[in-house]
Amino acid sequence: MSHTHDRRISVEALARLEGEGAMHVQVTDGRVEHVELNIYEPPRYFEALLRGRHFLEPPDITARICGICPVAYQLSAINAIESLCVEPGSGRERGVQMPDGIRQLRRLLYCAEWIESHVLHVFMLHAPDFLGYQGSIEMAADHRELVETALRMRKIGNQLLEVIGGRAIHPINVRVGGFHRAPRREQLEALVEELTWARDAAIDAVRLVAGFTFPHLEQAHTHVALRPEAGSGPPGASDYPIERGRVISSSGLDIPVEDWPEHFHEEHLPHSTALHGRMRDGGTYLVGPLARFNLNADRLPSDIAALADEVGCTPPVTNPYRSIVVRAIETVYAIDEALRLIAAYVPPPVSAVEVVPVAGIGHGATEAPRGILYHRYEITADGHIADGVIVPPTSQNQPAIEADLLEFVQANLDLGDEPLQWACEQAIRNYDPCISCSTHFLDLTVERR
Amino acid sequence: MTQDIARPKVAVWKFASCDGCQLSLLSAEDELLAIADEVQIAYFLEATREVVEGPYDLSLVEGSITTPDDAERIRHVREISTTLITIGACATAGGIQALRNFGDMDEFRSLVYAQPQYVASLADSTAVAEHVSVDLELRGCPIETSQLVEVINAILAGRKPVTPTHSVCVECKLRGNICVTVAHGTPCLGPVTQAGCGARCPAYDRGCYGCFGPAESPNPRSLSDWLEEQFGVDHPELLRLYRTFNADAPAFRSESRRHEEVAP
Repeated sequence: MSHTHDRRISVEALARLEGEGAMHVQVTDGRVEHVELNIYEPPRYFEALLRGRHFLEPPDITARICGICPVAYQLSAINAIESLCVEPGSGRERGVQMPDGIRQLRRLLYCAEWIESHVLHVFMLHAPDFLGYQGSIEMAADHRELVETALRMRKIGNQLLEVIGGRAIHPINVRVGGFHRAPRREQLEALVEELTWARDAAIDAVRLVAGFTFPHLEQAHTHVALRPEAGSGPPGASDYPIERGRVISSSGLDIPVEDWPEHFHEEHLPHSTALHGRMRDGGTYLVGPLARFNLNADRLPSDIAALADEVGCTPPVTNPYRSIVVRAIETVYAIDEALRLIAAYVPPPVSAVEVVPVAGIGHGATEAPRGILYHRYEITADGHIADGVIVPPTSQNQPAIEADLLEFVQANLDLGDEPLQWACEQAIRNYDPCISCSTHFLDLTVERR
Repeated sequence: MTQDIARPKVAVWKFASCDGCQLSLLSAEDELLAIADEVQIAYFLEATREVVEGPYDLSLVEGSITTPDDAERIRHVREISTTLITIGACATAGGIQALRNFGDMDEFRSLVYAQPQYVASLADSTAVAEHVSVDLELRGCPIETSQLVEVINAILAGRKPVTPTHSVCVECKLRGNICVTVAHGTPCLGPVTQAGCGARCPAYDRGCYGCFGPAESPNPRSLSDWLEEQFGVDHPELLRLYRTFNADAPAFRSESRRHEEVAP
């Protein structure tokens, strides 16, 4: 077939992503010569506009980077800022001892975001690829019940976000030091019945998506994820990485978050797109559900580990198309963890700890639904932001996405343009790329041959 | 409307934004499938690959205009849309990224990008209405799903949507909130901010931070003077208060400029 030789596959506007991107694959003489994921979201310059702002403001401002995972931005910012704060009279030089109730609420809020974001991605953005629909609305024509179940699951995630955060998108109740107002036990307990339903629905979802047909692709990416110290969470919490942990990798890295800049950096490539994440040794790496699961499967409760085992999802999972199964398993975990945290919740004695800043550089990282989100702030003695750096998951994953596309297209050159294009789009959606999240967006102004 | 009078064609467009406002449509869990039965979702990239060619009966526009290409694209969207509604603070006032309108674009660019020459950006982040005519603005950062559903309902029914333009103070009274400023001295933009959120922040013991933008006929100067006199809120804090997600909305812009001039 002649089309295996010289082809150019271009998708100018990728669908079912959060944000705007395009994909270009160049094939010459039967070899994939060039793959590009162009992120053409206009730049919004968050790091520049944070300069000079008050140290309490980054959680609200950086939430606006992404409407799908604002809690990730709020809590990565808070981790970084609180590492530079003290409670007056505490006698500590740096860092704040948070009451258990505040730590419970933060992890619980984050579980809610995982539920909302993962259910959106698994059912509404990614499942249509596997079932052969243009989107979830078209899918609903044949699978109404499935889409209704997904909407009901998302709703409980959003309700939990509302109760704790005061709003599902861009929560208003989250602040440095804690919350503006801590919810009462009864407000959380009112959600238990629906969460219990959602847990069962999520278990069914794991079995459903595990039965999908997965295109063949095995990739040996370096995986990077957080990993908390065992038992370091608040009462009720287990230790799968969400809002805390050291940074570890499949190649043996194990560092505290403050050592991040020594091991990772972002490159600004001329051919456009978001900044690309690299390890200092030059290697590309992968963050997100596959990395989290492969590095932390031992941290799942035994019944969820058994469920993963039952559906044949055992670490290491190296086919990126199977990320949908891991996302479904993490959805069960997030609901399960939310139920544990609600059962153990003790409202904090104060909704927020009063804190004052210490001049210096603070680092914070959490596991956004789509992978590690790192923030760094330099704060002045009078409490202003002198500098900010934000490394979102999608810019870290971009080199891995391009590597997957290259590999996949090379192995599937006999496919016609339309199915190959769709499979490539599906490969991009494996990473749930939140392109709005990529912070550093560029227009394509320089073409590279 | 040409072919399918029973099912209006709806398109959802994205410019510089976080995706949160269009996500509000997918977050209408109880209404989404019913809406999809009543309208034809003809262009909504966040939800579907399916693209039905324009023209469109209703276009929902998220995001601000920040690049030369987008300034062109919004004109095209206007041309192919019967009704154009902006959704959220970015589309109606330039959004948080409009903070750059108060700074130096070249400096911003070189702070964030190692190779600033690769980046094409307009100097300002602007509201859609500065480029084309807009039929209705939905406020909020993000918009409220209930207001979006109301607007879609109203358009389907051929009536005017109910979106109040009074201040958040009215919503606090309706909700029975204790005034956070009077009771605790917390700076609150409620008196000058448009209703629509149901006074979410004061209900959580927090001052309103103005994410719905200025209410009809606001008097921010009077509010600032009162906060300064009664509670000693200083100019730098007042400046920050007005300069967030609706910083470039005219009433908030002129007030923040005033504090910039007098700030030490």
